[in-house]
Amino acid sequence: MKYVDEYRKKDLIISVSEKLKAVSKKEIVLMEVCGGHTMAIQRFGLHSLLPHTVRLISGPGCPVCVSSQHFIDMAMAYSKIPGVIIATYGDLIRVPGSTTSLEKERANGSDVRIVYSVLESLEIAKNNPEKKIVFLGIGFETTAPLTAAAILEAKKENLENFFVLSAHKVMPPVMKALVAEGVKIDGFIAPGHVTAITGTAIYNELAEVCGLGVVVSGFEPVDMMQAILMLTMQIEAGTPKVEIQYQRVVHNEGNKIAQQMLEDVFELRDDRWRGLGVIPKSGLGIRKELSSFDAEKKFNVEVPESTEPKGCICGQILRGLKTPVDCGLFGKKCTPTDPIGACMVSGEGTCATYYKYRV
Amino acid sequence: MNNQEAKIMLGHGSGGKMMHSLIEDVFIKHFSNSILKEQTDSAILQVGSSEIAFTTDSFVIDPLFFPGGNIGKLAVCGTVNDLAVSGAEPLYLSVSFIIEEGFPISELEVVVESLASEAKKAGVLIVTGDTKVVNKGKCDKLFINTAGIGKITKKDSFISKALDIQAGDVIIVNGTIGDHGMAVMNARESFNFKTNVESDCASLNHMIREVLDKSAVKFMRDPTRGGVATVLNELVGKTKLGIEIDESSLPINPGVKAMCELLGFDPLHIANEGKVLIVAGEEEGLEILEILKMNELGKKSTIIGRVVSDHPGKVVLKNETGGRRIIDSLSGDQLPRIC
Repeated sequence: MKYVDEYRKKDLIISVSEKLKAVSKKEIVLMEVCGGHTMAIQRFGLHSLLPHTVRLISGPGCPVCVSSQHFIDMAMAYSKIPGVIIATYGDLIRVPGSTTSLEKERANGSDVRIVYSVLESLEIAKNNPEKKIVFLGIGFETTAPLTAAAILEAKKENLENFFVLSAHKVMPPVMKALVAEGVKIDGFIAPGHVTAITGTAIYNELAEVCGLGVVVSGFEPVDMMQAILMLTMQIEAGTPKVEIQYQRVVHNEGNKIAQQMLEDVFELRDDRWRGLGVIPKSGLGIRKELSSFDAEKKFNVEVPESTEPKGCICGQILRGLKTPVDCGLFGKKCTPTDPIGACMVSGEGTCATYYKYRV
Repeated sequence: MNNQEAKIMLGHGSGGKMMHSLIEDVFIKHFSNSILKEQTDSAILQVGSSEIAFTTDSFVIDPLFFPGGNIGKLAVCGTVNDLAVSGAEPLYLSVSFIIEEGFPISELEVVVESLASEAKKAGVLIVTGDTKVVNKGKCDKLFINTAGIGKITKKDSFISKALDIQAGDVIIVNGTIGDHGMAVMNARESFNFKTNVESDCASLNHMIREVLDKSAVKFMRDPTRGGVATVLNELVGKTKLGIEIDESSLPINPGVKAMCELLGFDPLHIANEGKVLIVAGEEEGLEILEILKMNELGKKSTIIGRVVSDHPGKVVLKNETGGRRIIDSLSGDQLPRIC
């Protein structure tokens, strides 16, 4: 298959691996921020191709995993309001809230619909004028522009029954927060699709002020091995900088149209991250001018202060401090069928990935 | 199912782990008998001095019409194949219809024509049936149940039980996997993928009969809901051996592969309706491969893996780059990833 097979060629992967082994001298820790990267590393067995000097840790880049329990509880509360249809990406429906999940609420009679694109929820809104549709907006700069586009479209079409509960987040503050917190990282394998939207300038501070290498990587094994090699070379040479490995998709300036849409619809606000707490200016709230589409403004629900499930170490896993095998619940009480923490739900969550590839 | 408040969720019907616990905790608990306990595709029944195979299946597919078939064709293939993979020769079917008020009779007739023509192809007779009409909104357009009876010889009646599996045995599939599930999904959802993916929906009984007559099969199963992964996991569960699958050997239609890459699905979890997994000794396996390839429905047959003594109870997939991962049964419904 074109665009896939050429980036999975064994001889190419091996040759990058050999070069990496020749170049790497220092012991380094690289964080792959994106859940898609964690998945690719495990799926293609990349750990076995790295020199013992290079260690990879997983970061907070799985949208489902970092969505706070508070957000899930809010969604659950909305789902119980008569006449509300919840429209959501599929992987959210099994995430446990404080007491229940959307999947269970659906069985209890709530109208919860899985959509593949936020634009489908506009269709649902048009086809059900007597209902109120709440779209659960999760994800980083990759999915946020789509939500922005949907809100702008809803405004254009004067849709009065379409609302968004935004848990959209941005990447740079959490990356900086991890560094500030003292997590030992020598370089970031930066998320390819986020950067396709934002451009690379968002990482300049990490390279220039924090002295960390940043390489924006694609998601195939050749991409990832090359990104690791580029980072290792930077660190060995003592010249940390921002580079793009994923050049077939990512450009320095990013996607200007999508950036403008984000600007038009959202504004930065302090936001809760599961396991990480509140990080300043890390979330995207809907601008006042568009508050008629903001579910938080439209519906008044009260949810109790939520607590993290007992024994779950998702927070430390999301910070790269621990791996799933350090967790007493992993694979025992917490499995993909019956997840306790969010990292076990999403296919790209670190725990779900480790569970799947625990050979 | 201890929780008094537990309710049925869609995942309970997806053919994966949730469904298996429902079967164990609710159905087997109350129905248990020595025949049901085998949990094979068809029940093997002693009637006088001969044995017969008996099975049933319900069809609630949405949409009713999809590339490669419709609910009528599927209702025959599904039951015929359940009998055939049990080693039986399918003979008679029953067909029951649950129809929603307002459903066009012209569409019903198209479905019935397909039932008739597929039954003819498979060489089975539809000998009894039932019709129920329910109020609008009380079912989704049309549901069909079929049950089937077939005759089975002593020699073939052990095939579903996986009694003689050994390390070194080969696992064969008769063509590309995941076509049915992805064709239906593409017809149902609003992706608008321009693809030629069609359901593989077909009655396999004639092909399977030829294999059984000419060679020695140790185990057979049709990988429908839950896909190839679920069947292989059931097999390792029965045998206490392991299975190793070679990723590069998996026959996957490029359209299916592309859809799976985009949506984050694993083709090994996607439903098939015209596929059979056959386990046989290595030598017999090569023989079976030749027989299958002569058949229209088995042209792309291939060996996808082996039974191994390593990692007992686990199905492991090896990819070209040296990565190895566990192929688990589906947990609940397959969920598309967000990005």
